[in-house]
Amino acid sequence: MAVAKAKVGSKSAPAAGRKTAAVKSARPATVDNFSKEQELFAYREMLLIRRFEEKAGQMYGMGLIGGFCHLYIGQEAVVVGMQMAIRTGEDQTITSYRDHGHMLVAGMDPNGVMAELTGRRSGYSHGKGGSMHMFSIEKQFFGGNGIVGAQVSLGTGLAFANRYRKNDQVCLTYFGDGAANQGQVYESFNMAQLWKLPVVYVIENNRYAMGTSVSRSSAQTDFSRRGVSFGIPGEKVDGMDVRAVKAAGDKAVAWCRAGKGPYILEIETYRYRGHSMSDPAKYRSKDEVQKMRNEHDPIEQVRARLLEKGWATEDDLKKFDAEVREIVNNAAEFATNDPEPDVSELWTDIVK
Amino acid sequence: MPIDILMPALSPTMEEGTLSKWLKKEGDKVKSGDVIAEIETDKATMEVEAVDEGTIAKLLVAEGTENVKVNTRIAVIAADGEDVSAAASEKPAAQAAAAPAAAKAPAAAEAPASTQAPVAAAPIAIQVAADPAIPEGTTFVSTTVREALRDAMAEEMRRDPDVFVMGEEVAEYQGAYKITQGLLQEFGEDRIIDTPITEHGFAGLATGAALAGLRPIVEFMTFNFAMQAIDQIINSAAKTLYMSGGQLGAPIVFRGPNGAAARVGAQHSQDFSSWYSHIPGLKVVVPYTAADAKGLLKAAIRDPNPVIFLENEILYGHSFDVPQIEDFVLPIGKARIHKVGKDVTVVSFGIGMTYATKAVAELAEQGIDCELIDLRTLRPLDIDTVIESVKKTGRCVTVEEGWPQNSIGSHIASELMEKAFDFLDAPVLKVTGKDVPMPYAANLEKLALPNVGEVVAAVKAVTYR
Ligand SMILES: Cc1ncc(C[n+]2csc(CCOP(=O)(O)OP(=O)(O)O)c2C)c(N)n1
Ligand SMILES: [Mg+2]
Repeated sequence: MAVAKAKVGSKSAPAAGRKTAAVKSARPATVDNFSKEQELFAYREMLLIRRFEEKAGQMYGMGLIGGFCHLYIGQEAVVVGMQMAIRTGEDQTITSYRDHGHMLVAGMDPNGVMAELTGRRSGYSHGKGGSMHMFSIEKQFFGGNGIVGAQVSLGTGLAFANRYRKNDQVCLTYFGDGAANQGQVYESFNMAQLWKLPVVYVIENNRYAMGTSVSRSSAQTDFSRRGVSFGIPGEKVDGMDVRAVKAAGDKAVAWCRAGKGPYILEIETYRYRGHSMSDPAKYRSKDEVQKMRNEHDPIEQVRARLLEKGWATEDDLKKFDAEVREIVNNAAEFATNDPEPDVSELWTDIVK
Repeated sequence: MPIDILMPALSPTMEEGTLSKWLKKEGDKVKSGDVIAEIETDKATMEVEAVDEGTIAKLLVAEGTENVKVNTRIAVIAADGEDVSAAASEKPAAQAAAAPAAAKAPAAAEAPASTQAPVAAAPIAIQVAADPAIPEGTTFVSTTVREALRDAMAEEMRRDPDVFVMGEEVAEYQGAYKITQGLLQEFGEDRIIDTPITEHGFAGLATGAALAGLRPIVEFMTFNFAMQAIDQIINSAAKTLYMSGGQLGAPIVFRGPNGAAARVGAQHSQDFSSWYSHIPGLKVVVPYTAADAKGLLKAAIRDPNPVIFLENEILYGHSFDVPQIEDFVLPIGKARIHKVGKDVTVVSFGIGMTYATKAVAELAEQGIDCELIDLRTLRPLDIDTVIESVKKTGRCVTVEEGWPQNSIGSHIASELMEKAFDFLDAPVLKVTGKDVPMPYAANLEKLALPNVGEVVAAVKAVTYR
């Protein structure tokens, strides 16, 4: 197909006709270091997501979780860094079906998340939503969406509500490299910039949309420039380095809070597992995955720094690991033993 | 405490597999994420990853062992600091503490594996009632619906260079549900085209190509995502012939899995049969058997109108006999009498037929002789076949997975009231999905779908038994 070959616009394409100087795709050259507390916080949060996801994968293998199960392993630094840049419980978050990590960093209870994965009554949606559909109004987490790209307009609407109410809250709207090609994304960009809505578009570029690599689906593979024609500033961020994510998040959130409108962060990341539990991931080489794991793992990076700076010993880290494992094992046990929803639930919550 | 590694399942329905290869040996250290073994099922090879850290104390199942049951202990890991030899001789840990390794990988990315397992033959012996065109002595070959759909597309593409396939993951990935398997290899990337995730855009683009005279087959990964594109389907594809006074039309097929799969929740489980059947300018086909899938898809591709071709993920793995006929094309718009009977007319289509066939068999044992009609096409609807049957039986029950209000059953009831009122001996009853979004929980999902018992009860109600 000619379409695939006649690709125009690459990272090195000149940025002629840019509307504002703010539109740039440069990556900050250096990253501010984290304090000891920040490093420890990031380490534990990322570890919790990783262990939770590994456990979820295992429970899927046991037949305790059904349907789809999209794991977040490898992408942990994205949500942890972004969460460190917002006010938890006040600023809103919305994302796609690859949502377990987003819920955990928002402070949602691992037991409730896992019980939703197993479809039990103490799950966040009483077992009626499943892995792709969980919400917490308390934590300002608006889901979980199974329709690729749909959360982008919804997130823009959450930001609209902030502006309407004249508060200074910001909405983090996460979506993937594949979702970035949906039409409603650009309809939303236009309105967001037109009305200066406080929304950070966090594009989690993990290089693949199911089996399609970015270069096979996108004419413009520099996602940070996807807002150029609307004058929305954007930048690329190393999504394997939690410090870089936090720094970029700080900047973007400050921009929004100051009433300057939307901001795009293209966060370059990688998913280690298949798209969902049933994807053999034949579209990429094992070496590619192994190289990411060995050389760029977000958790290992923090771990190495903690040890190097003497902020934690091997024993301390083992202790953290044991604590995290206990949280996750408890969640798994809870979610395994919690009863299914009462059958009367079939007929509730359809309309108010 | 030593940690057991259990044989993992890819899905709730996988029962056993072959342990094809160990990638670690006794005494090796492992940590989370290490691949320790490969397992084969009939669908795919998958890797087993360690989730815990420690040393492999013992491999309990030899490489190459077949039929290893899910949740069997396949290895024991001694946690760090534990005595490896003691761990190796340890008794099985309690089930709750057991840690099966995580499983990766059956056939399709977005396909919950449960629905992919080949269904051991069809639920009951299904005889594809010979369509009139099938000559005596034709041989039948057992074929899955998946293969039949692929064969139909391949045959039509060989026949007509204007036919092409477009959709998400249809080419290199070979289809999210493997319907387009092998097509890229045979027809090349000019004709089997992977799209970005932009349903509204490519449905419109393909409709434009159809207006220019090409014959696109648009695959929606599932029809749930066609809602992103429904404006182009209805406003552009369906209405242009009329709006242009007959000058232009869109010879296009929109196809893909429709309806509930298994445990994929509300946004991924809905039946669009009645939605599309509402639209003048469209044809709507919903095959049940593999033979109908093949013969009707070929017809749909040749049809000069936009055709909505609603498949079903659960049926993809079902096998049926397909006649071995050069160029097997079936007429769109004709229902098929699946089983002749005299007491009551049961009308269904698509996956609804799985409930209807079982119920009809069960009722036969109880002395109720049902006539079972498979509509196959919903627009144009072959109401005449239904009316003829009801004139004989005086009763009718409809079966479908969609919601009750304005369902296909509602429409049939209204048609019968209008056109066969004098022949009815009982109200027409419909068995449908429950009037709720699809819940995820296993117990609720089961309740939300129709079941065989409900069909049996409805038939008994209209026959006053
Ligand atoms: C509208 C729509 N089209 C298609 C799908 C099927 N689908 C689910 S996830 C996915 C890939 C999305 O990739 P990306 O946006 O990069 O997110 P990632 O999975 O990498 O996190 C596709 C095609 C869907 N759920 N919704
Ligand atoms: Mg992606």
